[in-house]
Amino acid sequence: MLIILLLLIPFLGGALTLLMPENSARLTAIASSIAILIVAAIICYFYLNNTNIEFISFDRVWIGQLGAHFSIEVKHSLQALMVLLTAITFPFIFLFFINKEPKNKNIFYGLMLLAELGLLGVFISKDALLFYGFWEIALIPVYFLSSLYGGERRVPVTFKFFVYTFAGSLLMLIGIIYLYQHTGPTHSFSLYSFIEAGRSLPLETQSWLFWVLFVAFAIKMPVFPFHTWQPDAYEQSATPVTVVLSALMVKMGLFAVLFWLIPSVTMGAQEWMNVVIFLSVTGIVYASILAIAQSNIKRLVAYSSIAHIGLMCAAIFSQHNLGWQGTLIQMFNHGINIMGMWFLVAVLENRLQTQDMNQMGGVAKVAPKFTIALVLISMSNIALPLTCGFVGEFMMLNGLFSGASSYSTAFTVVACLAVILSAYYTLSMVRKVAYGELKENTKKFNDLTNNEMFIIGLIMFIILALGFYPQWLLNWINII
Amino acid sequence: MTQFVWLVPLFPLIGFLITGLNRKSALGKSSGWIASIAVLASFLVSLLIFFEVKNSTSPQIVHLFDFINTSSMVIPFAFQVDALSSVFLLIITGIGFLIHLYSISYMHGDDGFSKFFSYLNLFIFSMLLLVLGANYLIMFVGWEGVGLCSYLLIGFWYKNPEYTKAGRKAFVMNRIGDVGFLIGMFLLFNKFHTLEFLNLETLIHQATLDPSYMTTVALCFFIGATGKSAQIPLFTWLPDAMAGPTPVSALIHAATMVTAGIYMITRSNFIYSHAPNAQQIILIVGAATALIAATIATRQNDIKKVLAYSTVSQLGFMFMALGVGAYTAAVFHVITHAFFKALLFLGSGSVIHAMSGEQDIRKMGGLKSPLTTTYSTFLIACIAIAGIPPLSGFFSKDEIMMFVFAHGTLGKAIWVVGMFAALMTAYYMFRLLFITFWGSFRGTEHQKEHLHESPILMTLPLVVLAILSVLGGFIGVPKVLGGNHALDTLLRPLYVSSGIENEMHLSHEMEYLLMAIAVLIGVAGIVVAWFEFKKYDSKKEAKGMYAFFENKWYIDELYETIVSKPLNKVSIFLENVVEKSGIDGFVNGIGKFLQFGSSKLRLLQSGLVGFYLFLMVIGIILLFIIQLWYNNLN
Repeated sequence: MLIILLLLIPFLGGALTLLMPENSARLTAIASSIAILIVAAIICYFYLNNTNIEFISFDRVWIGQLGAHFSIEVKHSLQALMVLLTAITFPFIFLFFINKEPKNKNIFYGLMLLAELGLLGVFISKDALLFYGFWEIALIPVYFLSSLYGGERRVPVTFKFFVYTFAGSLLMLIGIIYLYQHTGPTHSFSLYSFIEAGRSLPLETQSWLFWVLFVAFAIKMPVFPFHTWQPDAYEQSATPVTVVLSALMVKMGLFAVLFWLIPSVTMGAQEWMNVVIFLSVTGIVYASILAIAQSNIKRLVAYSSIAHIGLMCAAIFSQHNLGWQGTLIQMFNHGINIMGMWFLVAVLENRLQTQDMNQMGGVAKVAPKFTIALVLISMSNIALPLTCGFVGEFMMLNGLFSGASSYSTAFTVVACLAVILSAYYTLSMVRKVAYGELKENTKKFNDLTNNEMFIIGLIMFIILALGFYPQWLLNWINII
Repeated sequence: MTQFVWLVPLFPLIGFLITGLNRKSALGKSSGWIASIAVLASFLVSLLIFFEVKNSTSPQIVHLFDFINTSSMVIPFAFQVDALSSVFLLIITGIGFLIHLYSISYMHGDDGFSKFFSYLNLFIFSMLLLVLGANYLIMFVGWEGVGLCSYLLIGFWYKNPEYTKAGRKAFVMNRIGDVGFLIGMFLLFNKFHTLEFLNLETLIHQATLDPSYMTTVALCFFIGATGKSAQIPLFTWLPDAMAGPTPVSALIHAATMVTAGIYMITRSNFIYSHAPNAQQIILIVGAATALIAATIATRQNDIKKVLAYSTVSQLGFMFMALGVGAYTAAVFHVITHAFFKALLFLGSGSVIHAMSGEQDIRKMGGLKSPLTTTYSTFLIACIAIAGIPPLSGFFSKDEIMMFVFAHGTLGKAIWVVGMFAALMTAYYMFRLLFITFWGSFRGTEHQKEHLHESPILMTLPLVVLAILSVLGGFIGVPKVLGGNHALDTLLRPLYVSSGIENEMHLSHEMEYLLMAIAVLIGVAGIVVAWFEFKKYDSKKEAKGMYAFFENKWYIDELYETIVSKPLNKVSIFLENVVEKSGIDGFVNGIGKFLQFGSSKLRLLQSGLVGFYLFLMVIGIILLFIIQLWYNNLN
């Protein structure tokens, strides 16, 4: 029953916040997000100790005629990790941007909480119809958030984002309906009946079904060449929204592939693994090279993120345990890390009123705390050992290398180019922002405030703790 | 004591945290001493460990915790304590301590004093992880960690864009090597499902393996070594790394980090003994690097650049030793080189300090008398590196050249190359010495007034290192000279299982002859330098071959043309053409098409009911026709 709170709190909190006056909205939202974090932590604790199972699953008939259940649970490490990541991310965002929220606070906070509702729902649903519903619920508030707040070009950019994801949703709906029609004697939307239905299909059917669903998820991740909504959206959205997009929403695509697509359309995934890995690996190198040319810091981080997601996607399709395990912890670690990166970008953008790195420089002189954080988070971004970015990347590359694909060696060597290229563009970014002489507009750059330092400090702590002792996260996986 | 080996890296880690977190407080002022004491503590523990290891034969594994432990991969965070790692512990913490002491004085008054020592401690910590790791992954953790510290310290004076560029270059070129290291690990793990050195050693010796597999693994790790240890083709970052403060050049870019590649290959001897083809490549690459870097060093005018190319060249000698399987000789040269090259760098730091930051030797000269201690210790280091007995460099270089000579026909050819490089080594070192310390002073009046010997904190490490440079060779006196080669006795158990015999098949007469040739060549190099540079005239321009050497064989320019520039061009091309016009153009094209289509389709919705009915009828008729056609098909 406890698990219901994961949905109830953001729903009530979000709805209340929307209706509230601006001033009390912030408090309600922060309280709700922290309450969710506490619930999520308890749920993860139960999951890890394998106790109180009745608290972490819930199942009632929802639409009896269709065989749809309101069925939610946290019984897989992937679910637990994603729930925890989501629950951490929102209070971090709220606390970091306190006093710097966009205008109409009630709308901002309300929509953010509703987005959290959708995300949590996606990660805990065991019923395909419910999953689809939450998928859309997650999308709509974000759509409003990015069209209400952000840069000048936000409206066309959001429209593009919307059309892209909406096209994906349609494809997903087709896939879900098709699978639903092939479920047992009594139709059901449950994950198990979907797995059974999918596996009973002949290879030809699985092939096209795989692509219908994969494209839907690939748009979300995004994987090359379905990615062009992403740099625009990251650039034009307000940074709190960008964090939600990049730390959490892209994980919906990866999650769906791991949790729904591969278990049900197994043969189809096997059949097309080489093509998918080829696309992912191409995307890694492509995005890494593009990152070099960016002078806009938000676009640079965006392309860097595409490269990271590409590696996760490739590792998933390597069909190797090591690749999967690496992906699981990397999905969590990438979320923490990119959140830290965006926070620092937001600090730069707030203080300097620009995203152009050519107008930055010399920050190390006036803002040592900021620079330490920038260097550390950048190092995690390029997967330096003893930061949380490393072990996941190492396991994923190793999994890709040992994977079932007949071209695994070539794929791995190409993917490893990102190890070099990411160092180049990330260090160039650090160099442009922090080093050199102070410029006109960086002279008055203020170092991190105590509030900012608190949140960034927490993120740095997580990065180092999970880098030094990754086994803490890896233990989650071993529980399955 | 061995089970407390984790104390060795722990002290510098604590030092790093204290000095790093208290930059601005009062504690920050004494961070130099805090950092030095941390390293001294590590050194003392290392000494205790060394004497314990000396008397035991089998390696000890100290398991701390599980770094990775899943159903598909188990990597413990464990340390391996044996002769090899304990020797490196002594070098790192011992020389590290001396350089910390020196830095207290050298970096005095710098804005980033505290930051500097926190980075140095972090470096020592990473380097200790590198040599202590009991498996390739923990070694890799240290391996990349030292790369980070190197990056941070090269770009330490971050206001200068050239310095930070050099830092980035070092990091990226190291990463190219690291990819080799990574893929080597994947290859090993894929086959043996472990990365522990001891397990791998047993497994590899037992298995009958495809030689091409072993060669690939060996070459992958060697690529890693070329990055970290600055060998062809990845050596160009090291001279640029001289942008860092001079103690950094002494510690990281001469004595310790750059020898990591030699350590790694020595550690992996069980792989290389099964990959003779890879060994041959190492031998050739090492010799080529030794020669090319030596030629460049003969015509550099920046005091630190000469030493940097000299380091690249000496590392080449060490790789030659690895190429013929003479692991003891390689480690021996690592040790002696650490002594005299750290001394040379610290000496150059003392000179730069005295010259108020000047690094161009053309603007120096006549520093012999004001800088007596610096000069005399520098002279000792020059004699040592030139290979004049009985100083340390003679024994280690001689051992390498003997083994190379004994290595078949290819060995003889490589020996000639090595001797040529040795000739140039003596020549460029004494060129540097004569131009800097002899002749008359060529600097400004202002500099002349401020000329002074460095304080005791800087000269003391010089004297200690000078003593070590003189005596260091006696740990490896060969049998032919009546010694018993203590270092070989210590290290040999490590590669017994690989079937490597540390005997060369040369007659004693031959050994004496080769030794005599080596000494003569060293003396010849010094004499030539003496004739040419005892009275140096800075007006002469380099011409012909010399200009080619001065411009470093144009290798930087070559890389710029074939890698950096094309990469940037490709990036801009992908951005403008593929991304914006291509993929996004296609997507927007669909959008525009739909917009166009819907604007036309909208015209159909005219609001005339009759027209709708008309369309409906046409639709129904079409459906009938399709149905009919479909039924006929079946």
